Amino acid sequence: MSTTFDRKIDATLSDPRLQNAIYKATGRLMSHRKIAVDSDVLPEFEELRTQANAVKRHTIENLDWYLEQFERNVLAHGGHVHWARTGTDVADVILGLAKSRNASLIVKSKSMTTEEIDLNERLEHHGLESVETDLGEYIIQLKHERPYHIVAPALHLTRYDVANVFEKKLGVENETEIENQTMIARRVLRDKFLRADIGISGANFLIADSGAVALVENEGNARLTTSAPKVHIAVAGIEKLIPRAQDLATFLKLLGRSGTGQPLTVYTSFLSGPRREDEVDGPEEFHVILLDSGRTKLLADPDKRQSLYCIRCGACLNHCPVYRKIGGHSFPWVYSGPIGAIITPQFHGVESEPGLPFASSLCGACAEVCPVKIDIPKILLELRADVKASEKRHAVNEAERAVFRTFAYVASRPKLWQRATKLAARLGPRGQGYLKKVPGFMNVGPVRAWLSQRDLPAPAEKSFREMWKERGR
Amino acid sequence: MPQRVSIFVTCIVDQLFPNAGMAMATVLERLGFSIDFPEAQTCCGQPAFNSGYRDEARTVASHTLKVLEGADYVVVPSGSCTSMMSHHYEELFAPGDARHHAAERLSPKIYEFSRFLTEVAQVEDVGARLETVATYHDSCHALRELKIKEAPRRLLANVKGLDLREMDAAEECCGFGGTFSVKFPGVSGGMARTKIDSILRTGASTVISIDSSCLMQLQGAISRAGLPIRTMHLAEVLASR
Ligand code: SF4
Repeated sequence: MSTTFDRKIDATLSDPRLQNAIYKATGRLMSHRKIAVDSDVLPEFEELRTQANAVKRHTIENLDWYLEQFERNVLAHGGHVHWARTGTDVADVILGLAKSRNASLIVKSKSMTTEEIDLNERLEHHGLESVETDLGEYIIQLKHERPYHIVAPALHLTRYDVANVFEKKLGVENETEIENQTMIARRVLRDKFLRADIGISGANFLIADSGAVALVENEGNARLTTSAPKVHIAVAGIEKLIPRAQDLATFLKLLGRSGTGQPLTVYTSFLSGPRREDEVDGPEEFHVILLDSGRTKLLADPDKRQSLYCIRCGACLNHCPVYRKIGGHSFPWVYSGPIGAIITPQFHGVESEPGLPFASSLCGACAEVCPVKIDIPKILLELRADVKASEKRHAVNEAERAVFRTFAYVASRPKLWQRATKLAARLGPRGQGYLKKVPGFMNVGPVRAWLSQRDLPAPAEKSFREMWKERGR
Repeated sequence: MPQRVSIFVTCIVDQLFPNAGMAMATVLERLGFSIDFPEAQTCCGQPAFNSGYRDEARTVASHTLKVLEGADYVVVPSGSCTSMMSHHYEELFAPGDARHHAAERLSPKIYEFSRFLTEVAQVEDVGARLETVATYHDSCHALRELKIKEAPRRLLANVKGLDLREMDAAEECCGFGGTFSVKFPGVSGGMARTKIDSILRTGASTVISIDSSCLMQLQGAISRAGLPIRTMHLAEVLASR
């Protein structure tokens, strides 16, 4: 098991302030969702989930067809489509566009896809200034951190933390009122919007039959990002497609409610093509960069490709008791929580963090709330099997494998099982209720781990089997 | 002629919590069922399955399928083990495999204890009495894989003397999760403590569940914290008089 993963987990667990911040913020999102999806408010909620799952399944299974349709329609509206295999390809396209248009300042709206490929760092490396304009994203950009949560990037920070960040990075007074903090950020960002040459957004949905990009947000910054600068570039993973504009209604009803409990987010933008002759605002150029970066690899697995249905609502994170303890930064990639736990190994290989699929009690709260019904526990179980298959190939973790092989051998031989369990029970202190400690020779590995947190039940005086026998029939 | 039911007591009840198994048998017998305890039973294989050891899980599942082959009903004092046998055995074997068909045949005969009482035996009042203030913990696999939510509550509502109080986090995981509890002890222990906070808010002195593994986790953490709360399997409550 990777020590970095364990270390980050321990650091988060032992920080009471952080524990409190995560627990409160996710708890709030959970209760908001609960109200928003209540059957009194939205009787068709379960139907919508089933429908969304079916639409996503259909789209993912016919992705090549819809991608072509999308491209045709973007072109028909005067936009451009770029295909990117990797994050480097995305950066190259943007750098090329920036160079030919003499651009130096970029404003960005929130996008996990660009976080995934470290776009800001890549652009800054080439001398471009790229500024996040979503408040949470802006704060963590100032802190040089990764988003803590796919919907609420600064979920782990209190307003006092934010006050310190602004004081240090912007040279302003230590301002702890959230409204005033927003005003401070607005002032800085307004100036950036006015001067920006390029606006980069992500895409919540790519709509094949209209060649459009749909964006949802609460702050209005995505609107400005996509309309104020002369050039708008949307960066999106190929799985963001949905077939028809009318499907959007289904997904929009689910997305805001599941993520933040909002019936609809404050702003929803439907962007297709650059500004037309008769329009007053909008960019002069409209580009969509379609990113693969491992997604086609996921398509190959018929069981696990449902991972691509995700609409990044964040509900699985909020409801995950493990995320609520270990937070976002313990996870090895920008995608955290249950969705991160299933896509990270698929994008980067199970060997990249073999402990990840095991960091779950398999409680299933994630699948219960997922608006597109991704069977996350099932995928975790499959990934666990993939980890063990890989360990076997590489002859790693031999001791554990021996334990489970022995377990299977014994558990399929009833006589041997009975003798072995009897012997095991004799070894320990029987019939003594819950133990605070065990004899030294037993205080190893899993027992020690158990006892680090809880008392351990001693084996019963008599097993059920023995009691049943004595009772006679 | 009373119906015959086979019981699969699970390895954890057999070794650690035999009273829960005995209590289940008692309740079933009082209702007129004759009990068959297939001696060759061992474990459902979930530890191997959940740890990614599919071949090993298949070995154990094959054995259990054979052991339970002739049963009319199999009643299990655990939602988690029930779900393993009724949901996951089929997944373990390819559709052409004879064991896949055996798993398909077995699946509808396997019942978690509270569901068996309410759906097959069709009772909600088993005539139990227990003076206590109690709260019910939904175990995750029972709740989310088997959709068991009301049955145990209805049974408990009919226990004389029992004051049942819902906790705010009834549906939240206790943090056990099998090997998760020892692979990520700090996270698992933290989850248990969060759950216990919710239990404490009800003022209950008894926590009831249909899974002994959750109770082991909770009682372990309760005992470590030195709290005056006891855990009981639903069967033990229903056998009380
Ligand atoms: S996996 Fe489901 S619940 Fe989690 S972020 Fe994606 S859509 Fe939302």
